[in-house]
Amino acid sequence: MAELQLKSHRFRSEREADWRRLETLLVRVEKRGARGLKRDELLEMPVLYRQALSSLSMARSISLDQGLTDYLESLCTRAYFFVYGTRSRPLERLAGFFIEEWPRAVRGLWRETLAAGLMTVLGAVGAFVLVRRDPDWFYAFMPEALAGGRDPAASTAFLQETLHGKAGVHDSLSTLAAFLFTHNSQVALFAFALGFALCLPTAGLMIYNGCMLGAFLALFAARGLGLEASGWLLIHGVTELFAVTLAGAAGFSIGWSVTFPGELTRVDAVAVAGRRASVVMGGVIVMLFVAGLLEGFARQLVQPLPARLGIAALSAVVWGVYFYAPRRGRRA
Amino acid sequence: MRAAGKPLKRPRPAGRRREPDLGWREFVTPEGVDLRLKIGAYAERCAAFILDVLIVLGLLIALTLLVVLLQWGASSLDLKFRFSGEVVTVIWLLGSFLLRNFYFIGFELRPAGATPGKRALGLRVAARDGGRLTADAVFARNAMRELEVFLPASFLFASGYGVDAGLVVLGAVWSGIFVLFPLFNRDRLRLGDLAAGTMVVRAPRRVLRPDLARDGAVLLDGAVFTEAQLDVYGVKELHVLENVLRQVDRRTLAEVATRIRAKIAWVGPSMSDGAFLRAYYAALRTHLESRLLFGRRRVDKFDRA
Repeated sequence: MAELQLKSHRFRSEREADWRRLETLLVRVEKRGARGLKRDELLEMPVLYRQALSSLSMARSISLDQGLTDYLESLCTRAYFFVYGTRSRPLERLAGFFIEEWPRAVRGLWRETLAAGLMTVLGAVGAFVLVRRDPDWFYAFMPEALAGGRDPAASTAFLQETLHGKAGVHDSLSTLAAFLFTHNSQVALFAFALGFALCLPTAGLMIYNGCMLGAFLALFAARGLGLEASGWLLIHGVTELFAVTLAGAAGFSIGWSVTFPGELTRVDAVAVAGRRASVVMGGVIVMLFVAGLLEGFARQLVQPLPARLGIAALSAVVWGVYFYAPRRGRRA
Repeated sequence: MRAAGKPLKRPRPAGRRREPDLGWREFVTPEGVDLRLKIGAYAERCAAFILDVLIVLGLLIALTLLVVLLQWGASSLDLKFRFSGEVVTVIWLLGSFLLRNFYFIGFELRPAGATPGKRALGLRVAARDGGRLTADAVFARNAMRELEVFLPASFLFASGYGVDAGLVVLGAVWSGIFVLFPLFNRDRLRLGDLAAGTMVVRAPRRVLRPDLARDGAVLLDGAVFTEAQLDVYGVKELHVLENVLRQVDRRTLAEVATRIRAKIAWVGPSMSDGAFLRAYYAALRTHLESRLLFGRRRVDKFDRA
């Protein structure tokens, strides 16, 4: 009897029922999650998984049936991913990100944030002084498309009008539409992304972004509209500029780890920095979103200057407290 | 570009020439068993991604249609409700952002560890170190996707909002680099995988197919193979034969049967090609497995003891 000599066949028929059982449980889990299982089935799972694993080792050493080993490999892999799979629920996880992880990552980058912020301020002050001295400098800092007619040649009345949204260039929602594509989210993206090139492009972008800010303010300040322009800009600008600064900081941290990898290899150092920076960037995208909402709605709805400045100040305080206020409990 | 972290070793038998990398990676579970995972191929991942994007697009279009229909219904009832394109804009900007992120993150956090697109292609996400796939990792790899593809892609639609062509080109180049990035490392890691410490592997579902040796064994009564006839082949040929038998293709069966009959100088009762091959398979497997039990694995036909 040839059949009896085939140990691998006996091996298979003895264990097949267990594999099938594991498979049916897996199908249910993959469809409906762990809730698809009853309590005792849940307890059965790891046992069946280990049995299947030992079957796999066994099959590899005694069986030459490739169909069988392939099946067991796929079964064990599926079971493995369930037994050692993700545990936390997405919503819990999302809350964890906003409560714990993102502020911690941002605080971890405080040096880089400070550097990026200083560069922006430096650019802004420099450009402000230059444009005040000679308005022609304005054209050097501001691309024409972005200025949208707001340049030194425009009348004061027109400039004032742009601050109060009556110019009718965009209605409220297309401004909202524009936010995703505004200059600042692109600057944020590139500041982060180009960081690996030894921080230099990021530094350039930070300074340039500051320059545009300074040039813009100088233009309005020259017509005595400085405060109003600040209100118009800062109502969403606090959030947006903060987001850009954080993106720059994330870029710097990557660039820094490329330049000075420390004890790790360069690739490992970048991976470590990249992990933290990507957490920051995940949040930066949310911040740009909030900025977009403020720009699209709040700026159209809130016209009085004190209210605008109030919202700007409030958002500065909220972000500041959210990121940097000392936390109870676990230390960063 | 090398993969970050501990590079996974590929099983390579000593003393043999280097074989082309077919994407098999050692993946040792905490129980100490190597699951031998296969890295998801670049083409498969692209296809999965395109599928996912199409699903999200489909959902968005359905949502848009629904909203437009509702508005149309409201206006036809004369509720002083005028059609506005603004809602549509909001759906496509906010909706697409929220939907695509919840879609990717939500599905990858489920036990299947894959979006519908990945599942359709038999792919799933795994932690590179063989440990638990954490939610952080899923989050990070998808946040990076936003940077790799979607934000630069949005530049393309940004014309008219003060974005010059230069930026659009820059965005395209930027995306292009990252879309091609997986081709330049062994484990086909996307930038997001690199940052999150994940990889995408093949995890197809397989069904347990019948043991070919069993029906072959019944046929063996009619055919007896000598020791010399069974010593012709090794494990590799056995597996090829198994594949041939499993995908029943008459012409291949005939070809292989002729080849084997000639090789082993078969003089037995006349059998159909299929029956002959099944019988030979059963006999060869019995032979090789019994030697395996004595610790001798004959790799292929060139492997002489």
